[in-house]
Amino acid sequence: MNSALLVNIFRFVLLLALQIIIFNNMNFLGYISPFPYILFIILYPVNGNKSGLIIASFLLGLIMDMFNNSGGAHATACLVLAYFRPSLFKFAFGLSYEYQTIKLNDVLTPERFSFILLSVLIHHLTLFLLEAFQLSFILDTLARTLLSTVFTIIICIITIYLIKPNKR
Amino acid sequence: MQQIFNFIYKNSNRLLFLLLLGISLSLTIQSHSFHRSKMISSANFLSGGVYERINNLNEYLNLKVQNDALASENAKLRSILFNVKDTSSIAKLDSIKGVKNENILISKVIHNSYNVHENYLTLNSGELQGVKPDMGVINSLGIIGIIDNTSPHYSTVISILNKKSQINAKIKKSNHFGSLVWDGKSTGFVQLVDVPRLASIKKGDTIVTGGQSVIFPENIGIGTIANIYTEKETNYYKINVRLFNDMTNLGHVYIIKSKDREELTNLEKREKDE
Repeated sequence: MNSALLVNIFRFVLLLALQIIIFNNMNFLGYISPFPYILFIILYPVNGNKSGLIIASFLLGLIMDMFNNSGGAHATACLVLAYFRPSLFKFAFGLSYEYQTIKLNDVLTPERFSFILLSVLIHHLTLFLLEAFQLSFILDTLARTLLSTVFTIIICIITIYLIKPNKR
Repeated sequence: MQQIFNFIYKNSNRLLFLLLLGISLSLTIQSHSFHRSKMISSANFLSGGVYERINNLNEYLNLKVQNDALASENAKLRSILFNVKDTSSIAKLDSIKGVKNENILISKVIHNSYNVHENYLTLNSGELQGVKPDMGVINSLGIIGIIDNTSPHYSTVISILNKKSQINAKIKKSNHFGSLVWDGKSTGFVQLVDVPRLASIKKGDTIVTGGQSVIFPENIGIGTIANIYTEKETNYYKINVRLFNDMTNLGHVYIIKSKDREELTNLEKREKDE
C-alpha cells in the first residue's frame, strides 16, 4: 500500500517535470502539442482511492495551469477525466470484467488501446474547448483536439513500453 | 439527520467532483475575462523560479544567436549616434526609435507561449524592479505585448498573439488609426481592423503604434502590410500585418515606464468625474 503511494507521488512529480521541461516545448506545425502528463490519471491503480485520484488530478491540472497561464482549463479537463475513468473502464473492458486484475502497463491489447484513446480524447476535448472558449473557433478546436490526441497517444504508448517492468 | 450524513457519505466522490469542478470552471471563466487579477499565473515563486532555471540553460545554448542580435542592435545605435546633425548634443542612450520621455527597464523572456489562442510570456523582472501592470513591452524590432500580472520577481505579459490583446496602431505614412487584434491563426501575422476606407494604403506599408494609448509611445514598429481586405458590413479595411518580430523566438526585451502616464490617466479620470 505504502509503496503504491510512493510510486504514485514519484509519477506525479516526474510526469509534471517532463511535461513542463520537454513536452510543452514541442509544437508540431505550431499548434499540435502532446500532453502525456495525463498518464498519471490513466495509470492510477484501478482499485485505488477514488477521492484521492480526484484531488490529485485537480492539483495536477492546477499546477499545469500555473505554468501555462491557462486559468483553470487543465484542472477542469483532468478532473473530468478522473471522474469518468470508472465508466471508461466499464466501456472498454466490458461489464463482466474482473476489475481488480486490470493492468494497464502491459502488452497493448485492443481493450487497453480503446481505454487510452477514450481517456485522451475526453481530456483533450475538454481542454481545448475551455482554452478557446468561443464557439466560433469550433472547427479549429476539433482539429487541434484530434491531431493532439494522436500525438499524445503515440507518446503515451511509447512511455508505457519504456517504463514497463520487464519480467521476461 | 442520519439520512443526510448517509447521503453525503454515499455520494462523497460526486460531491467532491462537483466542488472542484466549480472551482476550476470559475478559474477558467475568470481567466477569459479581460483585466482581472489572476491567481493562477506563471508570475509566482514556483513557476517563475522553474522557468528561470530552464531559461538559463537554453540561454547558454543560444549564446551565439543572442550575440548576433545584440551586435546588430549596437551597430544600429551607433549609426544613430554618428549621424546626429548637431554634434554638440549627443543622442540619448535610451533613444530606441520613437521613444522619448520614457524610462526603460531591461528584462528577459523566460517563458514564451505561442500555440494557443491566449498566449502569455513570463519575464524575469517584477515589482521590485518597478514593473507595474499595463506597462508596454517592446524589443529592438517592435512591440511584444502589455504587462498583465506582477509578483516581486516575475511578471506575465499579454502577448500581441492573444485574442484579448487590442492595441492602438496607425499606418505610418497616412496617420490613419485602427486597432491591432489577433485572429488566432498564424504566429507571424496580426490584424489591423477598423481602418477607414478613406485611407490610401498599399502592400508593404509600415504599421506603427499610434499615439492614442498611454501604454506605448508613438511610432514603435509593428510590421508591414501583407494583405488588405474590405469588410462588407462595415466598409472598413481589415489588414493582415506581417510582424517585424519573430514571436516564437524572443530574448531580451525592454519594459517602458511612461513618466506621463500617471498624469494622463489622472487627467482623463477627472474629465470623466466632472
